[in-house]
Amino acid sequence: MALKTDAVGKSWPSTTYQVGREKIKEYATVLGIENPVHFDVDAARDAGFRDVVAPPMFAVVYSLAALAPAMFDPEVGMNFATMVHGGQTFEWSEPACSGDEITTTAKCVSIEEKLGNGFYVFETTSVNGAGAEVVRGTWTNIVRGV
Amino acid sequence: MADLKPGDAVPELRVTPDKYLPHRYAGASGDFNPIHVDREFAESVGLPSNILHGLYSMGVVAKAASQGLAHGDPTALKKLTVQFRGMGLPEQEIDVTGTVKEVDGNRVTVDLEARQGDNRIIRNAVAELEI
Repeated sequence: MALKTDAVGKSWPSTTYQVGREKIKEYATVLGIENPVHFDVDAARDAGFRDVVAPPMFAVVYSLAALAPAMFDPEVGMNFATMVHGGQTFEWSEPACSGDEITTTAKCVSIEEKLGNGFYVFETTSVNGAGAEVVRGTWTNIVRGV
Repeated sequence: MADLKPGDAVPELRVTPDKYLPHRYAGASGDFNPIHVDREFAESVGLPSNILHGLYSMGVVAKAASQGLAHGDPTALKKLTVQFRGMGLPEQEIDVTGTVKEVDGNRVTVDLEARQGDNRIIRNAVAELEI
């Protein structure tokens, strides 16, 4: 059966996430990241940030809401029973700080069959309230046996 | 840090996620997929137990690069790309190792991997940092 590729090029509605100090603290604590710029506003400002700053991989937290509708879209049609997260890239620009409103848009960049498996690649682009890009994510999901 | 050169080792990072780490990561990230937080469900779909979130393991790799080469500066890491392969399990030590691949001015490219014993849970990771 040919892989359904109708969703290639499709974008989904943007989502906006307000970054907050307590969420940054929670994320940094789980990862065991101890730099005070993630916990203490004075330390963050002394280091030149406008407020408590998120660790780079906090990108996951504000990107997920935009990505979820793409992943679950029937037009994409991924079989979750045999899906694994195969690869991930993030490219960071501006740091994300508490108080920032980050808007993320997801699109499907490719759906391809390789050796009988389906490779579904999504891209998320996140910008802050000033319109500056914060991070670009490339999410590769592999569905076995398509 | 200015004298980093290709072949230099990234300081090794070892961390053992405890039994409840996937639950705390689920709360922090918003990803409550039951394969990560429900052992019975995970076993019912053929997994050895509930498994670590791949993006948690990627977070540990990001930490190893930022902390090991840039004193934890959150603006140093410019790009990180990983492949998820073997499944990561709670209560087993993760060992992140890496090697400097290229130095171009203040831009440093490093190869990294994360393993639990012989199980390479993240491979072909490449980080680019400005330090």
